[in-house]
Amino acid sequence: MPDPAHDLPVLAPNIGYPGSAADLAEATAGITAAGPTRARRPLGPVFWVSAGWVLFMILLAVLAPVLPLTNPSTQNYSAVNAGPSIHHLMGTDDLGRDLLSRVIFGSRPSLVIGFFPVVIGLLLGGFAGLLAGYRGGVADGVLNAVSFVILAFPALLAIMVVEQFWQPVALSKLTIMFAVVATPLLFRIIRATTLSFANREFVVAARALGARTNRILLRELLPNVVPAAMAFALIAVATAIVTEGALAFLGLSIRLPNPSLGNIINEGVNNNLLQSNPYIAVWPSLYIFVILTALNLMADRLRSAFEIRDVKL
Amino acid sequence: MARYIGIRLGQLVFISFLISLTAFLLVHLLPGDPTTTILGPYDTPSARAELLKQLGLNKPLYHQYWTWIVNVLHGQLGEAFTTKQTVSNILAVALPIDIELMIVSSIIALVVAIPLALVSALRPNRLFDRSSTTSTLGMLALPPFVAGPLLVLIFAVSLHWVPATGFDRLSAGIGPNLKSVILPSIVLSFGSIAVYFRLLRADLISTLQEDFVTMARSKGLSTPYILFRHVLRPSSFSLLAAAGLSIGSLFSGAFVVEVLFQMPGVGYQLVNHIYARDYLVVQGLALVAAVAFVVINFVADFLLTVLDPRVRRA
Repeated sequence: MPDPAHDLPVLAPNIGYPGSAADLAEATAGITAAGPTRARRPLGPVFWVSAGWVLFMILLAVLAPVLPLTNPSTQNYSAVNAGPSIHHLMGTDDLGRDLLSRVIFGSRPSLVIGFFPVVIGLLLGGFAGLLAGYRGGVADGVLNAVSFVILAFPALLAIMVVEQFWQPVALSKLTIMFAVVATPLLFRIIRATTLSFANREFVVAARALGARTNRILLRELLPNVVPAAMAFALIAVATAIVTEGALAFLGLSIRLPNPSLGNIINEGVNNNLLQSNPYIAVWPSLYIFVILTALNLMADRLRSAFEIRDVKL
Repeated sequence: MARYIGIRLGQLVFISFLISLTAFLLVHLLPGDPTTTILGPYDTPSARAELLKQLGLNKPLYHQYWTWIVNVLHGQLGEAFTTKQTVSNILAVALPIDIELMIVSSIIALVVAIPLALVSALRPNRLFDRSSTTSTLGMLALPPFVAGPLLVLIFAVSLHWVPATGFDRLSAGIGPNLKSVILPSIVLSFGSIAVYFRLLRADLISTLQEDFVTMARSKGLSTPYILFRHVLRPSSFSLLAAAGLSIGSLFSGAFVVEVLFQMPGVGYQLVNHIYARDYLVVQGLALVAAVAFVVINFVADFLLTVLDPRVRRA
């Protein structure tokens, strides 16, 4: 049975990331999986260290209110633009606010926007994608067209416009808007991955043995789709964090004085602060750099361990 | 081929229609209407009714959409109620900046990524390959709002090589123009470098394992000759597909870069009019940006079919 994903050109999802087209060549070198996917290589220390780091950041963000941190909005005029010290591990900003505390509290909106919409997208889009990919039919065609149109619209632009008519901006509204973008993306990925397995021998065999649709979806297809879905979900989380950061940098995410990584960077850039106190912009930038690297590395390791090849979206 | 182009053009028109409908409905269906922001403190019921009539907002929705879209097709995207500038005028001044940013940053990305990928693919998993793979992965983690301030800090604030902000038009001379464009373009190119490098490297590695390359080697052809004459072209298809997508995403990146560097491009105008709540301009600019995004992807797709006939069968 020819695999529909096999001889088509490969397009990465339209999110400014490579997808894993890069790994296609390596992944397809002579291997055709038959049967539920198992990791062909261990995930390796890089994956686990990255995962540990991401988890640690999530814990910090969740526990921020109970950690011994200064209030991120408390202004201390006796320590303005102070460098890192034992009292302020990352120093303070131009209003004497503790930067460590601001970065940790500022990471909360980034992580909420990074993870919640993707989880929603995985649940909704994943369910619909699995079903649509296996059953096909009219519903599949309609969902496919709708998701295509939503993804044709540049996400940052759409969110910026919608915000203008949905005031005041709140984290819950942003989460919904990001979920509206994430769901069709994950739907298409999971649908396409499902399609590439739907007519494999082991599925046909299961059907021939009289397995019900439920069983085929959950026991035969789902385990094969999960690794690819996770790899793309991690990239989607990274993309959402970048998009939220860009919005915040433009002053269009949650409003000041609530800190968010993007708006701290923006504060650090304005009023010549980059010159007098570069720490304000540097710490949140470093935070974003490290967490994005960790997410990308995790996705990278997942793809090579499970030999996930790309699917046409 | 003609049939294929026809189908794709039909899709393009259909998607542009849906985008215009979305842009229109976003403005008209969501709670709140522009009168509140336009009138501000003068928001009385009679003034409101008068303004709704003036803006044509009292007509049924399909009628409003029709009027708007007919105007748009005639090139009239409306005018800013704050400055009375037409959207077309704003675009005429702003768009060249975006185009220059995209061209310069694409050139930078290709000039960096192609040689890196060529050298890496020749000896995969060796030191050079590993270090370029790692550093491009790092570039992926440097979105414009992170890379921008850091590069400004290094090259403008500390080294004074280039101005930190501002934009000099080409009319001010090519030197000052390039000086003001180079840093924003580098910031924008990071993401593309990473994408291009990874795609091209993987395709090169797999092409280098083909029989015709072994054949060329056995004929005694030099490595550079094989690379450029035999290997590069069949390995560049996914690069091209990605280039189209990536130019599209440069558009979003350009918003941040233009605000950071104070360059009055489309993104800068859009953000400023959002701050000013000038919804007509936002609607017009968003429409143009979204359609441009779709058209660019369409062109990249089309180029791909020209280079790689296999796609047409899909």
